[in-house]
Amino acid sequence: MIVADRKNVAEIRDMIKNHDRVLLVGCGTCVTVCLAGGERETGILGSAVRMALKLDGNPGAVVDECTIERQCEDAFIDILATRVDDYDAICSLGCGAGVQALAERFPAKPVYPGLNTQFIGILEAQGVWTEKCTGCGSCRLGEFAGICPITRCAKKLFNGPCGGSRDGKCEVNAELECGWQLIYDRAKAVGAVEALEAIAAPQDWSTGLDGGPRKVVREDQCIAGLGPKA
Amino acid sequence: MENQPVILAFCCHYCAYAAADLAGSMRLQYPASVRALRLPCTGKVEIDYILAAFERGVDAVIVAGCLEGGCHFVEGNLRARKRVERAKEMLEEIGLEPERLEMFNLSSAEGTRFAEIVGDMSQRLSKLGPSPLRPDRATLEQNVEDMSKEASEAVAGDAK
Repeated sequence: MIVADRKNVAEIRDMIKNHDRVLLVGCGTCVTVCLAGGERETGILGSAVRMALKLDGNPGAVVDECTIERQCEDAFIDILATRVDDYDAICSLGCGAGVQALAERFPAKPVYPGLNTQFIGILEAQGVWTEKCTGCGSCRLGEFAGICPITRCAKKLFNGPCGGSRDGKCEVNAELECGWQLIYDRAKAVGAVEALEAIAAPQDWSTGLDGGPRKVVREDQCIAGLGPKA
Repeated sequence: MENQPVILAFCCHYCAYAAADLAGSMRLQYPASVRALRLPCTGKVEIDYILAAFERGVDAVIVAGCLEGGCHFVEGNLRARKRVERAKEMLEEIGLEPERLEMFNLSSAEGTRFAEIVGDMSQRLSKLGPSPLRPDRATLEQNVEDMSKEASEAVAGDAK
């Protein structure tokens, strides 16, 4: 899932303080699961921002809340369309994709981010989320025993470990597990250590973000006349 | 009366609420500014409860749970403490003094301690002054009444 964390209340207050009516929009998907932008968090932020605006000398500001199932899909944004006209601005508690989906759908409305989107990750323990995937566009987990060297090795080494691996920890941070130790241990467990002897080829970075925003098109799923949009 | 502070106390049924009752039976004197709101456990207290209380204008919020290790739901009071800490961080960002919120632990036998806690918070409020978000007295009392009803309904809803 996409993992996000809340922004400071004062930062949000400063972004929206020039608007009289603001709609906070939560998202029922990833950010609900990572407890950053679901219905409860939207309610908490609404309460916090209303108080912050009052104390900042803007007692008349209206800040309302709503949560939609999924901000990153236009069909789910439909439900907002009738409400948005009543507001001067939107503050999205979706991930970065959600914020931009709302901005595209409502071109005349200012849209502000209520969260800091962090990474694609998993729930490690209750209340703890860890990054697992960089979204490089050319997955090679099969070569590395199911552990990603791009995301989990601080140096993104494809032929590791480096000399900074000590007792399973990374030299960057004593708390950080060495990604290559994890790769080796798991390869050993699945009987694939020999495969690690081969020199791993360089990554094809052209599939990554460096070439600009990426797009996935499934022609067989596209409906004539309706998409792809661009 | 208009300037009398209002302290909302989220009280665990198994300790603080019983302690408040005991304080009454013991004829202990404590400030009349406290409004006790009974919950089955302080683990029921979420950050939105706390912020909603401040948004409706109360001057301070007390979360009063069982002694650590003595929670009837094992760790409800420990969770409540962490939520209170996070809510304090948010209060600071909002621009309200975090000292207006505090978590206390006590047992049901400590009527004296309950009176002390309320006294301490009252003392703190005499330095901090009223909440800058306070509405007029009648609205504030109505807000507290509403919160009490909402809490009873929430608890009844959980029991179903």
